[in-house]
Amino acid sequence: MNESAHLWLIPLFPFLGFLLNGILGFRLPRRLVSAIGILAPLASFAVVLGDFGATIITAASSCPRCGSVTALALPAAETLSYPWLAIGALHVDFTFVLDQLSAVMLLIVTGVGFLIHVYSVGYMKDEPGYARYFSFLNLFFFFMSVLVLAGNFLLMFVGWEGVGLASYLLIGFYFQRTSAADAGKKAFIVNRIGDFGFLIGIFLVLSTFGTLGFTDIAVRLAVSPDWHGTVLTVICLCLLVGAAGKSAQLPLYVWLPDAMEGPTPVSALIHAATMVTAGVYMIARTHLLFDRSPVALWTVAIVGATTALFAATIGLVQNDIKRVLAYSTISQLGYMFLACGVAAYSAAIFHLVMHAFFKALLFLAAGSVIHAMGGEQDLRKMGGLRKKMPVTFWTMTAAVLAIAGFPPFAGFFSKDPILYAAFLQGTGGKLLWFVGLVAALLTSLYMFRLWYLAFMGEPRSEVKHHHATPLSMLAPMVILGVLSVCGGWIGIEHFSAYLAPVAAAHRPMPTGNPFLESILAIVAVLVALEGWLIADKYYRRKTERPAQLAAALPTGYKLLLNKYYVDEFYGAVIVKSLFAFSKFVLGGVDLLLAGVAWLLAGVASMTGMILQRWQSGNLRSYAAWLTLGAAVLLISAWLLGQGTAHATVYQYDGSALKHFLNAAGH
Amino acid sequence: MSFLQHDVPLSWYLLLSAILFALGVVGFLIKRNLITVFMSIELMLNAVNLSFVTFAYQWHEVRGQIFVFFVMMVAAAEAAVGLAIIIAVFRARSTLAVDRIDLMKL
Repeated sequence: MNESAHLWLIPLFPFLGFLLNGILGFRLPRRLVSAIGILAPLASFAVVLGDFGATIITAASSCPRCGSVTALALPAAETLSYPWLAIGALHVDFTFVLDQLSAVMLLIVTGVGFLIHVYSVGYMKDEPGYARYFSFLNLFFFFMSVLVLAGNFLLMFVGWEGVGLASYLLIGFYFQRTSAADAGKKAFIVNRIGDFGFLIGIFLVLSTFGTLGFTDIAVRLAVSPDWHGTVLTVICLCLLVGAAGKSAQLPLYVWLPDAMEGPTPVSALIHAATMVTAGVYMIARTHLLFDRSPVALWTVAIVGATTALFAATIGLVQNDIKRVLAYSTISQLGYMFLACGVAAYSAAIFHLVMHAFFKALLFLAAGSVIHAMGGEQDLRKMGGLRKKMPVTFWTMTAAVLAIAGFPPFAGFFSKDPILYAAFLQGTGGKLLWFVGLVAALLTSLYMFRLWYLAFMGEPRSEVKHHHATPLSMLAPMVILGVLSVCGGWIGIEHFSAYLAPVAAAHRPMPTGNPFLESILAIVAVLVALEGWLIADKYYRRKTERPAQLAAALPTGYKLLLNKYYVDEFYGAVIVKSLFAFSKFVLGGVDLLLAGVAWLLAGVASMTGMILQRWQSGNLRSYAAWLTLGAAVLLISAWLLGQGTAHATVYQYDGSALKHFLNAAGH
Repeated sequence: MSFLQHDVPLSWYLLLSAILFALGVVGFLIKRNLITVFMSIELMLNAVNLSFVTFAYQWHEVRGQIFVFFVMMVAAAEAAVGLAIIIAVFRARSTLAVDRIDLMKL
């Protein structure tokens, strides 16, 4: 009954789209480019939807009547018939696996990805490099689906690096602008640090388990249930470095705010909904390793909680609408890490899904605002957009309520399980819960600040020309708006039950308490409400207060406005020292190596100059040398031949000549 | 032929051949005129021919004599081509002094 899931088609379509648009796109009319660009993810989405439907049917097929329907048992694995690597004991294949986790992730990647492709058609309409944009977007789509579907670490790493490449290309899409090109490079280099950790982790997995396949590793772990500790901890910490790089966690988050230099749909797709969540996905995918290492789990949780709070404080004072959203993304990713750290992987993935809905929507709405304002991104120059763009306003409102965690919006259903799961983890867990709660307060505050500044009040600048937002941009926003409102209604219980075969923690978990959960949920909502009230007070009723507060606390304000000077710190400590080291290498080591090379070349050329005198062009001198050489050969042969047993060779008996003549005669 | 066989020892022929070859070599080395150099080469070839014939006679081998024909043939061809080259060189440079024909010098 295990029908083929056609997993290979999922990455194939966007890859074809990438090739077509990348090679021929600049000759094709824009309509055709858009059609290719949109149809590729749509086709993948259709395949994913078909597979997902089949799995749902399978799950429900305990009823005998459903037997005739095409069913798909999970996990469904497809391996290409020829091996990828076969080196000694190491065997790595091109294996794609569809299980509950990758199915959910693929639905988000292809579904939200498709919507953002549609949005891009309207947003990028007048941009040069239209075909280039869509080919890069499809390339990203290809690598992201490889990453999600990968059945072993190495294939996942290919997707992992590929999305990094696509991200680099798209951040630097406006490469004529120095800041965009620099931001692309920054993202790439910071991710390299994370990838280094990931790669070390993969090597350690290989040396520990002798295999890279996720299922093989699960089997190895299952046969030794008492295996905890050191090696696994080191592996997990290395993987965490990789995840922190990709998912912009402390201390490697610095690239994500700068990545906002890319087009806004790219920020929505790559830097909010899909790629940056790859780290969370990776931890959930490898959670069997993390389950065995309490140290690694605590590290993940602490990194996540710290990042959530840290980024939220920076987000409070940023004036660029996209930067606020970028810091918000970092903060929300921190929540997901926190959930992973307390082994609530289903909650992490649930929040990932909900976050994909509302954060993609926030970015798309911000893009709509920027589009309408003619490229203006400064919140201080916006205001009063409520009436001019009602659809954007209402969808943005839904997203803000969702991220702030108000019921019945999506964020409420996904954030509370995380805080609850943290609260259950002993005393340290309560501290994490408190940090998460403060971050939730700040989240609500900065999101409503953005909301008030952009949409409420009176316009604070003369807007030159209002673009009408086209339908291709509005439709995805409305769909995502509906999902931001209703997405959470699935409920964490159903979601966890669905993910349980792959994402349930294999370690003792504290027992829950429904009453406690309700109390915590009420507290969280009250905190979010408090954030709204503060924002209302500061940015609607007493708009002079923020400036007064900033004047009253200049140090604190400057610290936040300048993002804790982390970039400056990295620049001074890491970049400067690396630069100095590079200069030393160039000036010292390189000079030494070049000197050796010069020396050898000099010796050769000197020898040549001396030997060149032989080649005088004088025919008689050549002839003299020739004769001399022949004479030396003859004399030495004679001298050597005299005293040795081989003298017979030179005492000619005629046989050699006979042989020679015989040979010549025939 | 019989007087050869009985009256003159083999080494005399070889000695003559060696002397002729040495004369050729010396001529080749010390003469400046291209034609003389060329003739010295012919002298060396003929010295070798003489040793071929001598050995062929000594070992009763007809193939040594056949070799001589080959050498003579090649020498004739060489003379034709070589003289043509010499004429061409003289037309181009108005000299046959080997020291001054050094166009390929570095």
